[in-house]
Formats: sequence, structure tokens, C-alpha cells
Amino acid sequence: MSIGLPPYAEILRVSVEIEAGAPPVLVMPFADDVLGRPGFLHGGAISGLLEMAAIAALQHALEAEGANGSDPRIKPVNVTVDFMRGGRDKPTRAAGVVTRLGTRVANVEATAWQDERDKPIAAARMNYLIVRD
Amino acid sequence: MAGFDPQWFATRGFGGHGAALGMRYHAHGDDWAELALPYDERLIGDPASGVIASGPIITMMDMATSLAIWIKRNAFVPHATLDLRVDYLRPATPGKTVIGRGECYRITRSIAFVRGQAHDGDPNDPLAHVAGTFMVVGDVAGMGLNRRIEA
Repeated sequence: MSIGLPPYAEILRVSVEIEAGAPPVLVMPFADDVLGRPGFLHGGAISGLLEMAAIAALQHALEAEGANGSDPRIKPVNVTVDFMRGGRDKPTRAAGVVTRLGTRVANVEATAWQDERDKPIAAARMNYLIVRD
Repeated sequence: MAGFDPQWFATRGFGGHGAALGMRYHAHGDDWAELALPYDERLIGDPASGVIASGPIITMMDMATSLAIWIKRNAFVPHATLDLRVDYLRPATPGKTVIGRGECYRITRSIAFVRGQAHDGDPNDPLAHVAGTFMVVGDVAGMGLNRRIEA
């Protein structure tokens, strides 16, 4: 599958890890450009990473669905981000899970972690409008 | 602590992620702060339309609401975002500077409640609405802030 990352992803230096059949995992290295308070990732950078992971998971789900050759557009409605742990000086990974993919709305969850996937540093819930031609 | 001056804070530069996005100080009042995010092609989230990504808007609203808290406390007290919700009312207009206004409407010893809106020229035509909470990190009692916070 193809993941089209926008120019904004370059500011976060995001790269993509793809495993067959699973939603892509996005990786963001620790760098000055994503720092908030000294020594910690900015919550906004973590949020941006979570949103990109959610959209990547949604694109993955739409491709798996086939979408009848059309290319549905994805419009974000809202996002709620919970921050559980400070982001430290190490790579951060994020992946999304599509909870429900409907005709017009998709519900997606995404988590970001550093050391262990089951110890997230942040998690987000997002609602997307799917526009099918 | 000798109070908190958001303009002085901003002249030192936001550093880190704020600087990487090109974020600037815009205005402030007793319990609010406004930041500006000039349009920049590096911030684009949708190359087809040129609309900037939502990530930079979240970052700006996180910073604007943070500044509002420090202004209201009149002290730079380190805090961490507990949660932030953003409703995307419409896409930002390509080419226009986005203004993010954060307001701290309730503060307790350890939690600050914030809300805010972002627009790109007309405050009556917002493009995003946010609500969130922040938690003081470290020892609040040791900062001599109790009297002010309880007042």
C-alpha cells in the first residue's frame, strides 16, 4: 500500500514502518524541532503524529475495503488527545485502529508509545467524515 | 516569582516545536493569549488544496492556552497537558495567517481548565474550537503559589 505523507510530516521527520496486513506504524525521532518544555516532546507534535497515524490507518482500511476504485476524501471532524506520560529523548511510534468505517463517518483511535506499546505516552480518538464521489 | 510577561516570554522565542512551525506572539489580556501562525508551505497537510495540517493548529492552541494559564497565575509554573479536544469547524484558508486564542477560565491548585478558538482573520468565523485541561507538574506548595491560586 502507499502512504502519502504531507509536507508537515517532514517537520516531524516522520517515517513509516509497514507490516503486511496491519495499519502502518509512524516513527518520529526525538529532535529540537519537536521539543516542548526542555527535555520533553511538545504535546502538539505528539498530537500531529497521532493524527497522521489515524489518517494512515484510515487510508489502509479504505484501501482494504476496495472503495470501488474511487478515492474517498477524508475530512477531520474532531480529535481528543489524552496525554499519559512525558515524551522523552527516544523515538516515538504511533499507530491507528479504525473502530468503525461507515459510509459517511469513520471512528479512529490512535496511540503513541516509546518503550513498550502497552505503555502509551498519548492516545487520541478521532472522528472523520468520508466523502465518496 | 516576579510574575509572568508573555511578550517577554515570546521575545525569547518559543524555541523547539513552536519555532519550527514559525509561531509568534500576537496579543494577550488578563486570562487569555493570542498567537499567530503565518501560512507556510512546510505546514501543508493536504497538498491538493494547500490547506495546512491540523497538527500545527493543535500545537498553537496548546501553547496559547498554556500562556493564558501562566498569565492568569502570573507565574511560569511548569505544567503538562492532560487532554485537549479540537473541533475542526472548517479548513484554514491557504495563504492566511491563523490566529489562535487561548483562555484560562478556571484554575485550581493543580488543574487549569482552558478553552479557545482559532480563526484566520475574522474572529466570528472560527476554524477550530478547543477545550482542555492542564496539570501542574512538580511541587505546587513549594512554589509559594497557594495564596494566589486560592484567592
